[in-house]
Amino acid sequence: MAAETPIFTQLRDAIRAESPIALATTIEGPGVGSKLLVTPDSTTGSLGNADLDRVVARDVLGELAAGRTGIRRYGPEGQAREDDVAVFIESYASPPQMVIFGAVDFTAALARVSKFLGYRVTVCDARPVFATKKRFPLADEVVVDWPDRLLAKIGPDLGQLDAVAVLTHDAKFDIPAITSALVTNVGYIGVMGSRRTHDDRTVRLIDAGVTEDELARLRSPIGLDLGGRTPEETAISIVAEIIALRTGRIVPALRDTEGPIHR
Amino acid sequence: MKELLNDVDRWQRQGKAVAVARVIDLDGSGPRLPGAAMAVNEDGEVAGSVSGGCVEGAVVTEALDVIESGDRRTVTFGYSDDEAFAVGLTCGGTIHLFIEPLDW
Repeated sequence: MAAETPIFTQLRDAIRAESPIALATTIEGPGVGSKLLVTPDSTTGSLGNADLDRVVARDVLGELAAGRTGIRRYGPEGQAREDDVAVFIESYASPPQMVIFGAVDFTAALARVSKFLGYRVTVCDARPVFATKKRFPLADEVVVDWPDRLLAKIGPDLGQLDAVAVLTHDAKFDIPAITSALVTNVGYIGVMGSRRTHDDRTVRLIDAGVTEDELARLRSPIGLDLGGRTPEETAISIVAEIIALRTGRIVPALRDTEGPIHR
Repeated sequence: MKELLNDVDRWQRQGKAVAVARVIDLDGSGPRLPGAAMAVNEDGEVAGSVSGGCVEGAVVTEALDVIESGDRRTVTFGYSDDEAFAVGLTCGGTIHLFIEPLDW
């Protein structure tokens, strides 16, 4: 029989359940291999010193919130600016969220590419004929509702690593989706449409009270200027824009260029 | 870690000893970030990966030794360690791994 592995079992179950958890392991110093398993609600195990455990548990929660994995160094009792103990912190954060408004062909492709990249995907459309699990089998959730009502519910949970994609190009859905996404801390708000749709929408957004600073948060028209056409290629240009925004790389976004999108 | 859970479950059910290697640090260019993990069982079967295939063979050898001895260790692969290790990353980076038995 294999030895009992209670810490690994708890870690494994949390990773499978996609609930946030982080493992701290001493890799240098006294007690190499000792472990502290940390979730937002609990700690299990010990690095061999109560003060060290307390300091590391606090740091681990910060690393987990930021989704960071790496080495941190401490004194034997958790002192800062000492390096007797090296601790490797592995973060398993909950997957980022991709919220897609509009149940169109592009939605199916974006849902698929987003799942591939590890997002939890929600598709939302107010029209029950279009917003069906059958049309979007890969989405984790398909919600028949108005965008502003969904965002009133889940908006407070959205953060820098999450994304909202507005693919409806219909002003009566777009405007409430955008204005309610703008009051969240979501890291990416992309909005689909031609140059003309974009210009028309910008006027409507200003009429709805959206400020210059808020307009600057929008990636509109959505995506990088890859020159693709199909829903799948468009989906790639959207997720590529999200990656570039996160990493701060300069790449040609449609928002920052002029002229027709398809040429 | 996620991609190796099913294999590790199976190995644990079969009562096989397992070692886990994780990338803990990287100098320069490297294909996998810290946290990338690979598991090796006592028969030398592998799940997951810690590089683009450059060092996995050497990691299996180290992991089998860890299973045998029960000792945890930090291992470094890279061009600066040519004398100590025959393998490195073709991209020229240095990769630091922590390898330990799965006994926790």
